[in-house]
Amino acid sequence: MRFIITLMAAAAATLPAQVTWDRLLHADREPQNWLTYSGTMASQRYSLLDQITPANAKNLELKWVFQARSLEKFETTPLVIDGIMYLTEAPNHIYAVDAKTGRSFWDYQYNPSKDARVCCGSVNRGLAVLGDTLFMGAIDGHLMALDAKSGRVLWNIEVGDPKLGYSITHAPLVVKDKVLVGVAGGEYGIRGFIAAFDAKTGKEDWKFYTVAGPEDPKAQATWAKDSWQHGGAPAWLTGSYDPDLNLVYWGTGNPGPDWNGDDRDGDNLYSDSAVALDADTGKIKWHFQFTPHDEYDYDAVQIPVLVDGEWNGTPRKMMLWANRNGFYYVLDRQTGKFLTGSAYAKVTWATGLDEAGRPMRAPNMSPTKEGTLIYPNLFGATNWYSPSYSPRTHLFYVPSWQESNMNMAKIPVQYAPGQRYTGGLPRGQNTRRGNRNTPDESQAYGAVVAIDPKTGKHQWEFKMSDVTNSGVLTTATDLLFVGGKEGYFYALNAKDGSLLWKSILGGSVESGPMTYRVDGKQYVTISAGHTMFTFGLKE
Amino acid sequence: MLNLKPIALDIFCWSMLFALGGSMLVSVGLAQTQVETGQQLYRANCFACHGPDGDQVNGVNLRSGQFRHATTDDDLAHIIDNGIPGTGMPPTAMPEASRRALVAYLRSLHAATGTSTAVAGDAAHGQTIFEGKGGCLGCHRVGEKGSHTGPGLNGIGGRPADYLQKSILDPNETVAPQNRYVRAVKRDGTVVIGRRLNEDTHTIQLIDDKERLVSLDKSQLRELTIQKTSPMPSYQGKLSAQEVADLVAYLQTLR
Repeated sequence: MRFIITLMAAAAATLPAQVTWDRLLHADREPQNWLTYSGTMASQRYSLLDQITPANAKNLELKWVFQARSLEKFETTPLVIDGIMYLTEAPNHIYAVDAKTGRSFWDYQYNPSKDARVCCGSVNRGLAVLGDTLFMGAIDGHLMALDAKSGRVLWNIEVGDPKLGYSITHAPLVVKDKVLVGVAGGEYGIRGFIAAFDAKTGKEDWKFYTVAGPEDPKAQATWAKDSWQHGGAPAWLTGSYDPDLNLVYWGTGNPGPDWNGDDRDGDNLYSDSAVALDADTGKIKWHFQFTPHDEYDYDAVQIPVLVDGEWNGTPRKMMLWANRNGFYYVLDRQTGKFLTGSAYAKVTWATGLDEAGRPMRAPNMSPTKEGTLIYPNLFGATNWYSPSYSPRTHLFYVPSWQESNMNMAKIPVQYAPGQRYTGGLPRGQNTRRGNRNTPDESQAYGAVVAIDPKTGKHQWEFKMSDVTNSGVLTTATDLLFVGGKEGYFYALNAKDGSLLWKSILGGSVESGPMTYRVDGKQYVTISAGHTMFTFGLKE
Repeated sequence: MLNLKPIALDIFCWSMLFALGGSMLVSVGLAQTQVETGQQLYRANCFACHGPDGDQVNGVNLRSGQFRHATTDDDLAHIIDNGIPGTGMPPTAMPEASRRALVAYLRSLHAATGTSTAVAGDAAHGQTIFEGKGGCLGCHRVGEKGSHTGPGLNGIGGRPADYLQKSILDPNETVAPQNRYVRAVKRDGTVVIGRRLNEDTHTIQLIDDKERLVSLDKSQLRELTIQKTSPMPSYQGKLSAQEVADLVAYLQTLR
């Protein structure tokens, strides 16, 4: 009996602390952990860890690997909480593993409904945590809460009807006592939304429709007739949060049908926009639409990167945004005001941005029946791949596709529940073919571009032979980690883009790197192909 | 010698499909309207992953007529309905008629690939030219004969006759990125010449002029040139029009 009591007392003394909202809010104070999809609420994907440096990066070596059972793309960014890593593999399989060895403690496989419809892969990008509870969205439009110690499901709700094309592919965002998710389904004629749910019960707290309807008549008027009903504007990537302003920032996707805008005259609010929502009510505070009346599938589904700094000599709360449409933007995140912007890749659908940041459409550049050659292609100058901002270098690092183009043709389309609703045929140059690559000069290439936020100037560019679907991570030692479609994983010098170290992973990197520390040792994790790799320094 | 694209470009594939469309598809017993419906469905539902040529997913070629998880039309329709668990192939909500149309279209892809336009030429004589006067085996391989230094020609017979003819008479017009030749100079001055098989940011793989598979580290090279022109000579004026037609007829027998 005494032994048991002693054991219990010892256990209580060492019981890991719960992940409180305060810990999430100040995630930068515990860089040994990775508590949210993008690392912190500001989503800079920047780590204060400093054990791995430009001087010793050459000593990085593989520590452990995790082999997924799924053959789907491995898009997850894992969480690490006090030595335990929580990761997901497609479509909705969670593992809790030892962050030092990769050995599993438990796993939970959710089997999504057969009704699930996904345009672009049955993928999952990760989890959120609050207290001892994990949260995962599923490709059948469900959201669930699980006990982080056992994987036991605490609640499971349907957020959107999978038969109509609603799905969830991104990591939720916890704000205070709520779990926030958006929905995917922009190719199925959904009416997109972002919603908040009580973390304890799963009860819906608020919902913001990213396609304006009768509750928002002024914005609804930007949709011809009843086109808003199937207007798309999905929100399939994690947002960010500013505690001072109590605003949640989220990017929204393409209006539907993607390539045929004939029946949806108008700007189609709030598609392809950044929206700022009151975190308590979901009421919209401001919006900024990057691509009004999009006919190219240029989702503004990117990570909102929040940066505080000086702008023209005045302290300003800013948001950096490199968009799929080929333009880079700086917004005032208090008001949504456009501060500056410019193209960071070849763009032909617009001639530039006006003083308010609205694109000036180039003549005769809409998709036609015969097709129109457009730069960038439908995959964009960037896509959902996480960028990074370093407060040390003051540079914004964007994984980009340069010189990409596509012949975009439109075709008639009628809405039918749960059916593809794209109205187009993009074709031509797109991606390379697997692990055999014989590029020519006309094909797109991948590059990490280091953008000076104030001028838009590229400070440096790290080119790859193939394109890249990888996110970017920077650290307090001016290291930058990134991968590419051809399977390399790199450590670069964030100051000048010089190559410090590389490893061949043998599969396309389709996720964002992250870093953590356990028992005094820093690790870097990345997924490629169907495998997750964790690196650390040689001992 | 011949410099032929082993993998069709998007435009080529679609134009070939359209060019071969009507009569050929009917000849293999496929209802044209169903195929056209299937083509529309493919564009709307399958294109994003499988690509314009049906071969964008690693290890999957929808034009091949052979499927890892399906043999019959019913199998294919079942996959379209249910997807393939554990892979990127999702289930769809297509009505039965749409699934059947899509299956018809997939079958038509193979039918189009496997059928050729008749050419007025003597294939037997063409083979004689190919193996003799033309000297084609000096670079190209057919079956167990010939060299690996040029693109292999097994399976080339599915290409349209005018494309094959152009490849013989004007090789520079048809040289594909996949068949470019490389001249690399190592730091010690050694020159390596070969046909590029693969390339990434840091390395390049090729088959050299001695038929060796070679992988080079770009950082160890003093010079790297990728030729955009073909090393194959034009046969314009070297072969008669009839001989070219015979050669084309022979190439079309290579399936």
